[in-house]
Amino acid sequence: MDRTQSGRGRGEAWPAPPHLDALESEAIHILREVAAAFENPVLLYSIGKDSSVLLHLMRKAFFPGKPPIPLLHIDSTWEFREMTEFRERYARQELGLRVIVKINEEGRAAGVNPFDYGSNAYTEVMRTLPLKEALTEYGFDAAIGGGRRDEERSRAKERIFSFRDRSHRWDPRNQRPELWSIYNTWRRPGECLRVFPLSNWTELDVWQYIAREMVPLPELYLARPRPVVQRGHDLIVVDDERMRLVEGEHPEIRTVRFRTLGCYPVTGAVESAAATIEQVVQELIETRHSERQGRAIDRDEACAMERKKREGYF
Amino acid sequence: MTSLTTPATRQDLTVKPCEKDLLRFITCGSVDDGKSTLIGRLMLDAGAVYSDQLVALQSESRKHGTNGGEIDTALLLDGLEDEQQQGITIDVAYRYFATQKRKFIIADTPGHEQFTRNMATGASNADLAILLVDATKGVLTQTKRHAFIVSLLGIKHVILAVNKMDLVDYDEAAFESICQDFKRFAAKLEITDLRLVPLSARHGDNVAEPSAKMLWYADGSLLHQLESVYVGSDQNLRDFRFPVQWVNRPDETFRGFSGTIASGVIRAGEEIVVLPSGKRSRVRSIVTMDGPLEEAASSKSCTLTLEDEIDVTRGDMICRPGNRPHVSRHAEAMLVWMSEQTLKFDRPVWFKNSAGRAVGEVESLRYEVDVNSLHRKQSQTLGLNSIGRCALSFHEPIAYDAYARNRETGAFILVDRITHETLAAGMFLEHDVSGESGEGLADFQRARVIQSHVALERRSQRHGHEPFTVLLTGLPASGKTTVAKQLEQRLFELGAIGVLVDGESMRQGLSKGLGFSIEERSENLLRGAEVARLLNDAGQFCIASFCAPEEATRQKFLEIVGRHRVFHVHLDASVAACRARDTTGRYAAAENGQIKGFPGVDFHYQSPLSADLTIDTQEQIDVNELAGCVIAPFHRGDAASPDRSKVVPDRDAIIPE
Repeated sequence: MDRTQSGRGRGEAWPAPPHLDALESEAIHILREVAAAFENPVLLYSIGKDSSVLLHLMRKAFFPGKPPIPLLHIDSTWEFREMTEFRERYARQELGLRVIVKINEEGRAAGVNPFDYGSNAYTEVMRTLPLKEALTEYGFDAAIGGGRRDEERSRAKERIFSFRDRSHRWDPRNQRPELWSIYNTWRRPGECLRVFPLSNWTELDVWQYIAREMVPLPELYLARPRPVVQRGHDLIVVDDERMRLVEGEHPEIRTVRFRTLGCYPVTGAVESAAATIEQVVQELIETRHSERQGRAIDRDEACAMERKKREGYF
Repeated sequence: MTSLTTPATRQDLTVKPCEKDLLRFITCGSVDDGKSTLIGRLMLDAGAVYSDQLVALQSESRKHGTNGGEIDTALLLDGLEDEQQQGITIDVAYRYFATQKRKFIIADTPGHEQFTRNMATGASNADLAILLVDATKGVLTQTKRHAFIVSLLGIKHVILAVNKMDLVDYDEAAFESICQDFKRFAAKLEITDLRLVPLSARHGDNVAEPSAKMLWYADGSLLHQLESVYVGSDQNLRDFRFPVQWVNRPDETFRGFSGTIASGVIRAGEEIVVLPSGKRSRVRSIVTMDGPLEEAASSKSCTLTLEDEIDVTRGDMICRPGNRPHVSRHAEAMLVWMSEQTLKFDRPVWFKNSAGRAVGEVESLRYEVDVNSLHRKQSQTLGLNSIGRCALSFHEPIAYDAYARNRETGAFILVDRITHETLAAGMFLEHDVSGESGEGLADFQRARVIQSHVALERRSQRHGHEPFTVLLTGLPASGKTTVAKQLEQRLFELGAIGVLVDGESMRQGLSKGLGFSIEERSENLLRGAEVARLLNDAGQFCIASFCAPEEATRQKFLEIVGRHRVFHVHLDASVAACRARDTTGRYAAAENGQIKGFPGVDFHYQSPLSADLTIDTQEQIDVNELAGCVIAPFHRGDAASPDRSKVVPDRDAIIPE
């Protein structure tokens, strides 16, 4: 009998399942609950590592069938090119899933960009607004996201099934109690729940799971020579010709990788030699830096995240 | 240019250990007890705080800290803006940290009176609870309330953390008196594992490292205990329960039933029954994306396919024909009321449990529990944060177990049909066949221990010997029964009073209906242990003859009967030798697959680590000689005039082989 097959050798007492197995089972349970209890669920797919893990868990949850839940990508038009290519090639072609791409065309026409608008206003126009619009337009009643409670202090109190009112607002004082693994999935027409299957995962759990399961990811997470400019503490990769350089800035080639992915002009890279997933995990264990420091978006104010959440942004 | 990034191989994963186990615990106490300081301290000392967070913490501590400019670990925790201003926490917050050994999930709950509902929420998924007490204040009403809710929600492991020991000069007597106080109260609750830890969260004494200021305390730091507490046995591995969550029908060729195993173990090929319909089938396969599994256990999310095309839908429960939950339209349960609107009787509400949903009503309130005194009181209704025992009825039959037996299938929520708010969390009580209010069944008092008026010494005097148990273990056909019968006869001739309890015979009566799966074998042995204990308590000897293939269960046997009373004799022979002399045909049947989980064939036999006596029965057994071997330690008197007082196992008399 193959030990790895059964999870234990024959005749030994059942050990507690290793933490990754426990987290995986919990997330699969949540995903199936969404499929069973909602009419029209969607997976918010950002192409980053967390949504890649979610996609992998979706495949597991509904195996041997195809996941019955479509993907929604809110495309800010400022993504790294590699991300959109990955989305098309992997999610759409290789897995054959339904991928809905939503762009705020008004914002694009008005030339809204991260350089002139400040990260808050820009995010509002190119991410938050089109997200709310898409949820309303398609009538989604559940939106699965990759949010984790360890990411940011205000998320520590987030539910796994998080209730939003019709304006997609989150009221921290009006959340349903959540006990055991029995989720209150009731809602009225027009109401939508946000669902976070990775709530109990930490950044390290995510990476170790990616390593263990060989989860496909964009290469941006691995260290490669890339053209960068230094701005304050941030290293910004010049991903296309739209990048605005200030006087005297010259992109130089440095070996960098990303810890989170977003819009390239506001997503800082880190200098690193970690060229494989294993090395990334190793590096993560060795350097203890908060993962979101690469995002200018969080540093505007101490509690920006909570305010964004109330407004409907993840 | 893009590429799919996947690791080339998994073998070169340098990060070890990648796999830890997971402990979920809840912290109860109030801000005044130093709860946030303790959690922050645990995370800080366990190395779970990133360097940039630490920098931020230092500057915040200087600005807002309450620790005289020193690091104030409480500041690591507060999340919501308004709370930061108010300095209180109003909801369950989840925190994460990991050490080399374990990953921890903390449910951090507020300690104020009006937040019973949050505590119940945090406790519902926890394996362990830390109850925080201020050493200068001792055990308060609030502490008792928390302990009661923790016990109601089925948490078996409790750590009483006596904080602020620095304010009582790290005095052992102060700590002891608080412990005694709490123990007296905790005796009323179902806490099976209580640990008591003195500490100072503010200074980090005994949080992650033992403290030089409390050398009188030797049980290790709080973190050490969190890392080492064994919660594996809390899982229910006896009762297989599989609530069907989702029917998986991607096309005409495949029909599977997906869900998470709530408890127990299932193997491909085993017979199952689907409730409430009662239709039977067999498990054809256990499907996962990583390939089919031979067997799967509690908490695994998987998909089952069945041999027969029977109708199964979301909300059904798959289990074994010989071990079923209750299926009924009526039940009794404890409710924790969570809504501002009070409980209304006979009004339809949504019911949801691990399997699915139904409509039901709360019919009546038997009593409310005063969480401060634990007394029952008559009450007209339940309001926010009150707890009471209710009778419920459902519009269709519900499959459930008592919560005390099964946390997964014994739990449910009630949801308002109009507002959709969660009204209550519920925990089923043991099914009440009488239809009476079942006083006693749901008692919070532990079942009473009935003390006999006849002292054990007097029984021993009458029988002329001390009570003892001989546990005979070994593979099937290793000679256990033969030896046991001989031994019984000889002990009887020596004048000893007692009886042989054989694992196989148990299945005729006391263990009727138990199968041969791992957990059912364990159950049979544990029932044997209870019988041995009864016999010993009556002053008699017991010869317990069991295959007992698993060391963990053998250890439990010793615990139940009492190690000092058990004399463990292991009959050691190879599988081949046992198989050669087997006259019952069991080995042959096992090899043909007619018997599953047969020790020595498709089930590994773990040899005992510490038997009192191991006898080689590899060769042909001479029964007389063998019984002589076994009896030797028991009887060194003169055979002509047996001295019954000598009939006790004497470990020193064993000649080392």
